[in-house]
Amino acid sequence: MATGTEPPRPRQLTGVHDTSRAAIAARHLRTDRWWLAPAATAAGLLAFVVYSTWRAFANADYYAAPYVSPFYSPCLAENCVPMQDGPNWPVFGSWWTLSPALLILIFPLGFRLTCYYYRKAYYRGFWASPPACAVAEPHSAYTGETRFPLILQNMHRYFFYAALPVAGILTYDTVLAFRDSTYAWGHMGLGTLVFLVNIVLIWAYTLSCHSCRHIIGGRLRHFSKHPVRYRLWSWVGKLNARHMQLAWASLISVALCDFYVYLLATGTITDPRIF
Amino acid sequence: MTATGTGYDARFRIWRGDAEGGELRDFTVEVHEGEVVLDIVHRLQATQAADLAVRWNCKAGKCGSCSAEINGRPRLMCMTRMSTFSREETITITPLRAFPVVRDLVTDVSFNYTKAREVPAFVPPQGLAPGEYRMQQVDVDRSQEFRKCIECFLCQDTCHVVRDHEENKAAFAGPRFLMRVAELDMHPLDAAESEGLDRKRTAQEEHGLGYCNITKCCTEVCPEGIKITDNALIPLKERAVDRKYDPLVWLGSKISRRRD
Amino acid sequence: MAQVDRQQWDVVVVGAGGAGLRAAIEARERGARTAVICKSLFGKAHTVMAEGGIAASMGNVNSADNWQVHFRDTMRGGKFLNQWRMAELHAKEAPDRVWELETWGALFDRTPDGKISQRNFGGHEYPRLAHVGDRTGLELIRTLQQKIVQLQQQDFKESGDHEARLKIFQECTVTRVLKDGDKVAGVFCYERESGRFFVLEAPAVVLATGGIGKSFKTTSNSWEYTGDGHALALLAGAPLLNMEFIQFHPTGMVWPPSVKGILVTESVRGDGGVLRNSEGKRFMFDYVPSVFKEKYAETEEEGDRWYEDQEHNRRPPELLPRDEVARAINSEVKAGRGSPHGGVFLDVSSRLPAEVIKRKLPSMYHQFKELADVDITAEPMEVGPTCHYVMGGIAVDSDTAATVGVPGLFAAGEVAGGMHGSNRLGGNSLSDLLVFGRRAGWHAAEHAAAHAATADRPAVDQAQVDAAAAEALAPFHAEDGAENPYTLHQELQQSMNDLVGIIRREGEMQQALGRLRALRVRAARAGVEGHRQFNPGWHLALDLRNMLLVSECVAKAALERTESRGGHTREDCPSMEREWRPVNLVCHPVDPVPADPAADRIRLVRRRTEPIRPDLLALFEKEELVKYLAEEELYE
Repeated sequence: MATGTEPPRPRQLTGVHDTSRAAIAARHLRTDRWWLAPAATAAGLLAFVVYSTWRAFANADYYAAPYVSPFYSPCLAENCVPMQDGPNWPVFGSWWTLSPALLILIFPLGFRLTCYYYRKAYYRGFWASPPACAVAEPHSAYTGETRFPLILQNMHRYFFYAALPVAGILTYDTVLAFRDSTYAWGHMGLGTLVFLVNIVLIWAYTLSCHSCRHIIGGRLRHFSKHPVRYRLWSWVGKLNARHMQLAWASLISVALCDFYVYLLATGTITDPRIF
Repeated sequence: MTATGTGYDARFRIWRGDAEGGELRDFTVEVHEGEVVLDIVHRLQATQAADLAVRWNCKAGKCGSCSAEINGRPRLMCMTRMSTFSREETITITPLRAFPVVRDLVTDVSFNYTKAREVPAFVPPQGLAPGEYRMQQVDVDRSQEFRKCIECFLCQDTCHVVRDHEENKAAFAGPRFLMRVAELDMHPLDAAESEGLDRKRTAQEEHGLGYCNITKCCTEVCPEGIKITDNALIPLKERAVDRKYDPLVWLGSKISRRRD
Repeated sequence: MAQVDRQQWDVVVVGAGGAGLRAAIEARERGARTAVICKSLFGKAHTVMAEGGIAASMGNVNSADNWQVHFRDTMRGGKFLNQWRMAELHAKEAPDRVWELETWGALFDRTPDGKISQRNFGGHEYPRLAHVGDRTGLELIRTLQQKIVQLQQQDFKESGDHEARLKIFQECTVTRVLKDGDKVAGVFCYERESGRFFVLEAPAVVLATGGIGKSFKTTSNSWEYTGDGHALALLAGAPLLNMEFIQFHPTGMVWPPSVKGILVTESVRGDGGVLRNSEGKRFMFDYVPSVFKEKYAETEEEGDRWYEDQEHNRRPPELLPRDEVARAINSEVKAGRGSPHGGVFLDVSSRLPAEVIKRKLPSMYHQFKELADVDITAEPMEVGPTCHYVMGGIAVDSDTAATVGVPGLFAAGEVAGGMHGSNRLGGNSLSDLLVFGRRAGWHAAEHAAAHAATADRPAVDQAQVDAAAAEALAPFHAEDGAENPYTLHQELQQSMNDLVGIIRREGEMQQALGRLRALRVRAARAGVEGHRQFNPGWHLALDLRNMLLVSECVAKAALERTESRGGHTREDCPSMEREWRPVNLVCHPVDPVPADPAADRIRLVRRRTEPIRPDLLALFEKEELVKYLAEEELYE
């Protein structure tokens, strides 16, 4: 019975369609809007990626005294715009000609990329592995985080260590925001509030990290012998329960912070002063 | 007092069949106020399908026998109240889809018992007689959370590592038994190390911890509300990192040789 | 001739709850090749439902506790009808059994100095129950399960086979104990999954099948509790003891209907919960019987102070033994002071802060939230009595757990009688499982070793196997007009609930015996559709035989005992009679089995109890003994 066409490829008989399992053709039988969460996650992350890529490569409009965009802080090349009291330290000298944001963003990017929450978010949202619980994934093979490159996710704690000084510098930036545009101390504008909110969220996100929870106390076997670390672990545990919310809140706040500086730097708005 | 006055007819689709094949069959059953899905299955057995196979036991969410998938979601039938559905909707019940089917709603869950055997048991500390064990509550809290597990195997069912990839079953213990490894590693008196057993290392090397991509479906389905991912799997991953990818911690443990 | 697979083992344990698993561990550790057969999956046994704790006089919370006090409490709880040697062994050995669990990995709640914490419970003089929140039974079963896995891992290392010396046959049912002459020779079983028959040949069989609650309509028991072990023993020729004593737990859920009967743990009351009627009154103060007057608070204030300071106050009457509380609730409901769904109110919400409730009673909180949509931190629960436990059971030797008259047959746990007398104290069941599970496993292993030699080994003859197979297949061959096993079961439950329930009357029990007779006739025609593979209708049809036998025992014994004592309350004989104290009611099978299904299967015999050993009697005050013991016993 040669028809001249290739026979259709046999149905992939793995996973829920494995011959030993209950014979149900559907990939899933969920009746709720299971696709909504991964779709929203993907959309949100994508929006941030587009925005931050544009801003990181823009190499412009990131400073409006006294505010520096968190994307460009600390600014580590000679091509940075001058900022009084920093945070620009030209450690990379003059050979760096690309956007100085690229030098520093690698750290928060790595921190978030290897974060246990973001991993879940993009594995589900972008990679559909799985798209949602009990919804069959489209891949024919899966090795998880057992091989290169995903085995590198185990480096999360080093990015956590790196995220600490970055958060420290952003704190310093927030202190500098208590100046006015002439660098006189003891003033606040709307921008100062934006920076304050952002830094609180950045710290909360950083400290609620699963690696932090482990390092601060989770790795201990006997809490009773380390009462201080136990108490710290309990606090971090409470924050950790909100890690997802903090991840989103700080992602949005850091983008808003940058956007606020952009609006000031381009002269679109002026900073409303409080005192 | 009884709720017969408030009864209504609900439509169900229930998978019937065995390893040879099967299909979703339609049923219309009476439902009364306050009932759960398992009650309806029992009513079907008593009135329309005497040989409908289903596993159940305690009817109170404590034994973990009546696991199935209701409208595509892994659930305990005894803990799914009919009031969570609208009267119009058709409710679909299938057996767990990660395990071989036996008949109707009953699956072969021997995978889980095999995996249970692969986790080395608690190692009692030398030199402590029965009755001499002293442990502080804060030190047993974490393992106690994991011991709430009723072994309904919903987490094993929903986990895409094995649900979607039969071939991973050999290498991957599944959330329930990785949590068992975590439970023992956090047990204040487990003396595995004295026998040369490093649970942190074997979690990754023998029980397939690396397959877990922490997408949290296990936590989502757990009827006991155990934070499997946050409290067991991720801490276990961090402990594996201590052993395998963190030279500082490794060095420190070699120098101080102190168990905290 | 039925071709069935045969395997040879040293010890076969029927049932994988606490007693069965403990027996299996002991038998295996003493060198016997041991098989365990259970109806559910391994680890799902009804033991997981036990919430309160394991009673053991470790004295961790109050150092005044010791085995003598525990023994006294147990005897008082059982109204002195306990097989005293069992109560003695139980009180003495329980602490070791609990400590042993820790060496197998159990994690009990702790005291501030790191010992096992112990909580108060009804009928126990001191805080005595080792516990894990309110899921102690789960911890027990999981620990035993994991110990078995550990033994299997050990066997794997030595022999390459996990199941070389200890195997679990899960989802299998035993329908007959097979014999060689008067000795046990093995068991006849079927796989629930495939319906395949098989025979395990063994010189020693331990019955650890639990209770009989499924003969009643409102029960906290699961489907497994169909009195299998009781019936297997009877059919093998071993008698049952004091089957009239059935504990109705005072606080079962009464709403919604699907969870009616499911337990609300006594810890709710131990931790401060109080019972109120529809008028808001704490009615338990009106129901303290005279034998307990000195031990319980007389005012609400004193009762409340007890939770804080147990040294100087008497406990509130909500913590009276279960039978007293169950009867009190029953009376309140009958008097028209019940809650909307026919129970009373159990309130913890007005007594403790929400956070404390959630921490101390987490599974109760979830049970009500998820099953009944009731937030127990904000509103009272509705509770009422539910059939919970059978004190009666297979008559056994106290020290060896051996049944009477069938060498090689042992029984432990709820299926065995005697230990709890006429009423069981909360927390004493889990310790019972461990103490007597171990003893049953120990003596079964010894018995097996003595009969291991091929010449001595009892043989299973084919005729018995064929008869058992034919009996099991009968429901598939029912003729036209076959009875639906579900209908028969419902009618049985209704009859037992209505006529041999918590309050009993002579006329009703006679009526019950009549109905049981009619049901027996109909059950002989019970028929099922489909095939043998995982067929719940068929399984129920087979279980019906057991439930009917056991129900007959209960009704007969309850009719015979013309007094009220512990888990047996006669409206027509309301007081406890000292003359009945030394009387055991023993159910023997009618032998040979009559061909007519309408004929009685049970022969009831009165037997005098063994006198209580003087040194044990000396643990009680004379004044107390006078209330319980028969005249002639006091002078012995």
